Amino acid sequence: MSHRIVRKRQIGEDVFWAEVEAPLIAAARRPGQFIILSIDSDYSERIPLTIAGADAGKGTIELIWQRVGKTTAELAALNEGDEIDNIAGPLGTPTHIDRFGVVVCVGGGIGNAPLLPIAMALKQMGNRVISILGARDKSRMILEDRFAEISDELIVCTDDGSHGRKALVTEPLKEVCSRDPTPDHAFVIGPTPMMKFCCEATRPFGVPTQVSLNTIMIDGTGMCGGCRVEVGGKAKFVCVDGPEFDGHQVNFDLMIKRLGAYKKLEQQAYEDYKQHKCRIGLHG
Amino acid sequence: MAVEWALPPVSSEESPVTQEERTQLLQELMPKHNAGGLKPKERLAIPPQDMPQQDPAVRRRNVNEVALGYTEEQARIEAMRCLQCRNAPCVEGCPVRINIRDFVGAIANGEFDKALEIIKQNSLLPAVCGRVCPQEVQCQEKCTVGLSLKDVGKAVSIGRLERFVADRNRSQGVVPAVAPATGKKVAIIGSGPGGIVAAADTRRAGHDVTVFEAFHKPGGVMVYGIPEFRLPKAIVRDEIETLRKMGVKIVTNFIVGRTRTIEQLMKKDGFDAVYIGVGAGLPSFMNIEGESLIGVYSANEYLTRANLMKAYDFGKGADTPIAVSKRVAVVGGGNVAMDAARTAVRLGAEKVYLIYRRTEAEMPARVEEVHHAKEEGVEFHLLQNPKRILGDAAGNVTAIECLRYELGEPDASGRRRPVAIQGSEFQMEVDTVIIAIGNLSNPLIRQTTPGLEFNKYGNIVVDDHCRTSMPGVFAGGDIVLGAATVILAMGQGRIAAAAINEYLAGKQAGAGE
Repeated sequence: MSHRIVRKRQIGEDVFWAEVEAPLIAAARRPGQFIILSIDSDYSERIPLTIAGADAGKGTIELIWQRVGKTTAELAALNEGDEIDNIAGPLGTPTHIDRFGVVVCVGGGIGNAPLLPIAMALKQMGNRVISILGARDKSRMILEDRFAEISDELIVCTDDGSHGRKALVTEPLKEVCSRDPTPDHAFVIGPTPMMKFCCEATRPFGVPTQVSLNTIMIDGTGMCGGCRVEVGGKAKFVCVDGPEFDGHQVNFDLMIKRLGAYKKLEQQAYEDYKQHKCRIGLHG
Repeated sequence: MAVEWALPPVSSEESPVTQEERTQLLQELMPKHNAGGLKPKERLAIPPQDMPQQDPAVRRRNVNEVALGYTEEQARIEAMRCLQCRNAPCVEGCPVRINIRDFVGAIANGEFDKALEIIKQNSLLPAVCGRVCPQEVQCQEKCTVGLSLKDVGKAVSIGRLERFVADRNRSQGVVPAVAPATGKKVAIIGSGPGGIVAAADTRRAGHDVTVFEAFHKPGGVMVYGIPEFRLPKAIVRDEIETLRKMGVKIVTNFIVGRTRTIEQLMKKDGFDAVYIGVGAGLPSFMNIEGESLIGVYSANEYLTRANLMKAYDFGKGADTPIAVSKRVAVVGGGNVAMDAARTAVRLGAEKVYLIYRRTEAEMPARVEEVHHAKEEGVEFHLLQNPKRILGDAAGNVTAIECLRYELGEPDASGRRRPVAIQGSEFQMEVDTVIIAIGNLSNPLIRQTTPGLEFNKYGNIVVDDHCRTSMPGVFAGGDIVLGAATVILAMGQGRIAAAAINEYLAGKQAGAGE
């Protein structure tokens, strides 16, 4: 069963959004879960992508991804009406949504996408939601308007100051944590270094901090173990034990190293892809 | 199991027996055979037929099948070695009780279709089992010919004969007959060997059968795990195609427990019965220092990248990368360890070390696989076991540190327990480590199916008919047995299907919605 792209647009520098037909996943997914897709069945790699939203009635899910390598570039080159051969999911353990009180949701770059459904669910549960969104620059800030709708307070910052405050998200995060009362819970999703520093920021305040990890994965069901991370000194599988973990327990340095396992090969594949694309003169 | 395997020739070209000699031998045997007059002594004197195979130096560079299969002459000569024992001890050694004596007899008579028919009464996947069954500890271990010649390696090559008739028939694509529709729906979870058999048998009874597979391609371990050079994927594809032609629906990318739960399948989607054949599917690690370094793989990951995702074609079409390894250490002594080591050879590794903490005699791998691995240059490091894995600042594996072992008293499994020799640490320079020490049971079904009973190892508890603690839910294969074999999974698929058919016969159609 292939999955038709119903709508698609670019929503930031190298960032794309698509609404894709996947009725079973749309019905089953809960905040915090993800899918694994491969564009065609024979040679394509399988990549995990978070689910940014879903419409069970229409049978569609929302995917947001950043063009960083061959597969994400191929995905970005697809058009409305095109089909993706394989989407498996929803995968991972859903986020534990509770009535915590005051929660701070911190999103970095593309991490805003998986954070959105979690923030929405937290709001629906009656939490006071403080959202902090960060990006490298204005062109990479995504979903700000949708966070504005559901947040009790929204703080936006960019590294270069081209939009909102000129700051890294850790700065407002520390400020929010210094308030009285301190937030009851934090949810942080973004690039791995950003999650690491956010966890360092919340640790002194004793604010429980949930992170969502995005590692290299193949099957997403616990079968390969490629996604393993060290949490509290123990090996955990992101696909079945996660993707969310207590950020204060995660060995981020090890995770960052493991994420680079195929860097050279990935770069080579992307360069070959871009070269080939130029030669055949498609997509400009 | 300390048995010696009669070594097959290194390649078909070097085989001492030529095709002409074989034809001549068969012609000599035929008149007596036709007259029913081959005496046991004469049969025992017939030379065992070697399996033609790719030359090791050549096959190190390709992923094509190693064993090439018998010719018609070889098959008939080999079959004539069978003594046609009245008590047929070989059948006792077969987990699914194939009528081996009769199918071998049919091959000797040149009745190949009849031989296949006999096999298919008990086994649905002869082309697979003929290749991957551990015959030397099953049917062939019991073979009177092998016992008489005091060498299990000289038993009648039942597996090769099974493969011969199955391959001969492959192109013909016979589709089993299906009974009139019963209006009852069966869900088969997992498309591995057990699932395929359970699907075929329940479909034959006229039920509406859907197979759910988590991966994007059906076939389970036969597709992601067992490499092409041991089991060509085209064979698995044919078996799946046969299921489709029978009217079985196959749904890929469907993760039971996540996409739908078993309860939803039964209560909302109207499935009257469910077979769980999801395999073990959670790799064991050693919990030693350095196991999260870059370049440390579970065998599952390494083999899935190589087989299912075709990483051997990375840069030539395939998008899934795999470590470009120079020196690889594989830890473990089972078939999966052999598969991983031999895959590493084919992916271009200069050195592949197989590290196993006992001796070759205790290795759970098939003797033939061990032999093939050695032929292909895999270095065996026995009575050794990793203590830790070392890496550089960037997190890449640089070496593995092992301890030497000696064998002590037998343990619960009856095998002599390996005991570490204190202070015997030494290091080997490697850039890749593949852990192939087995699988635990995947927790997904357990976590999402309240009411289903599991044992302390996380395996589903079933009775002799593969019935679980939940009415209408059946299970078999690795998720029940722990790590087992294709044939055992297949056997359970068959038992479960019979139980499902019986269960549904006593149930009103259309229940559940």
